[in-house]
Amino acid sequence: MTVSLTFETSSFSIAIQYRYLERMKIIISNASSEPIYEQIGRQIKAQIISGELKEGDGLPSIRKLAKELHISVITTKRAYEELEKEGFIDTVGGKGTFVAIQNKELLREKRMKSVEDMMSDTVTEAKKLDISYDELREMLSILYDSNDE
Amino acid sequence: MNTLEISNLCKDYGDFRLDKVSFDLPQGYVMGLIGPNGAGKTTIIKIIMNLVMKQEGQVKLFGKDHREYEVAVKKRIGFVYDTPGYYQHLNLRQLKNVVSPFYENWDEAVFERLVDHFNLPLNKTLKKFSKGMGMKASIALAMSHHADFLIMDEPTSGLDPVIRREVLEFFREFMQREDRSILFSSHITTDIEQVADYITYIRGGRVIFSKTKDEVFEEYALVKGGNDLLDYDTRSALLGVRSGAYGFEGLTHNVNEARAVFGDSAVYDRATLEDIMFFTGQKSKTVL
Repeated sequence: MTVSLTFETSSFSIAIQYRYLERMKIIISNASSEPIYEQIGRQIKAQIISGELKEGDGLPSIRKLAKELHISVITTKRAYEELEKEGFIDTVGGKGTFVAIQNKELLREKRMKSVEDMMSDTVTEAKKLDISYDELREMLSILYDSNDE
Repeated sequence: MNTLEISNLCKDYGDFRLDKVSFDLPQGYVMGLIGPNGAGKTTIIKIIMNLVMKQEGQVKLFGKDHREYEVAVKKRIGFVYDTPGYYQHLNLRQLKNVVSPFYENWDEAVFERLVDHFNLPLNKTLKKFSKGMGMKASIALAMSHHADFLIMDEPTSGLDPVIRREVLEFFREFMQREDRSILFSSHITTDIEQVADYITYIRGGRVIFSKTKDEVFEEYALVKGGNDLLDYDTRSALLGVRSGAYGFEGLTHNVNEARAVFGDSAVYDRATLEDIMFFTGQKSKTVL
């Protein structure tokens, strides 16, 4: 079973500078062998790295998230704790949870790492199909040029 | 802080006994009590509510002894009975007038909101209520005095899927405040899978386990494979086995250990609470 939903955080009445989080998307699959807290963490992280979630964006409270996703508060708490440990989000007592001020260098490094990971998957797959380095480079070059905006 | 602490609870009925039942429910969480019929779930709930006398052990509600501070702790509890069988000749408004004077914190506005939320008729006699309406009425009556601990015995049994979901959604809404807690029993295991943070499994008057839902699903798994994988040794690594003509299915409470025993040729699936109850409750073979 796959539950998909999109929701909006309620606005807070506190005068601090942050963007309202308009849309955050989390899809939980109960059929996946990946634990639910990891599914949440991975998706939030991806949205931070891609820039969909920006510094200072407010995240829903663990109770709100648990209610919306029909999962345990313990699970959402664990997902947030992991994200906090990795420096992606900050919890401000009494105010809520926010996307952390990201170290620009670090963020770029993380995004580079994700490009590297994808390339590594590409190479693995290509080798299985006996695609040579030159062929692969050719493909990459075409894709790179055609993707120019 | 624990909303509920139960330690070494014993009660002997002769043909059935609760045997050193212990578990805690931390504040801010939902606990589901599962177990087959006659496992002792209702007895435990009745002892918590002091409707049945315990023989040994201790029950603490909000950190206080449940009998010594009975009046004080019960003010904070919303209790929903198994079946709302009382005063069938009254309508909901009349029943509310009977119940509300018992609570000094009774809040008429909350009651009206709940009646409205659940679409309940105030002027219809209770005997004409459907089972779903009856349960919603019980919840409304139990929740109108600002209780922060909701205790329910089988709140969702006998309800259709639509109303069950509505009731579960109400629990989630109630739990948006972190100073609240819920304890409910059910043998509809999917309801517990959906809303519980902690699961306590009772069987034959004993606690089989009491842990977070995540722990339960990380530890337990179904192992499926060909019958050639089953022998005396591998069988003992499983809590229960159902073997058929084309293969077997068994339960493990340590998926890593099972992987070491059965290897890659077996399939490892997520176990549901129903699987856990079924395989741990298997009687020895050949009934017919």
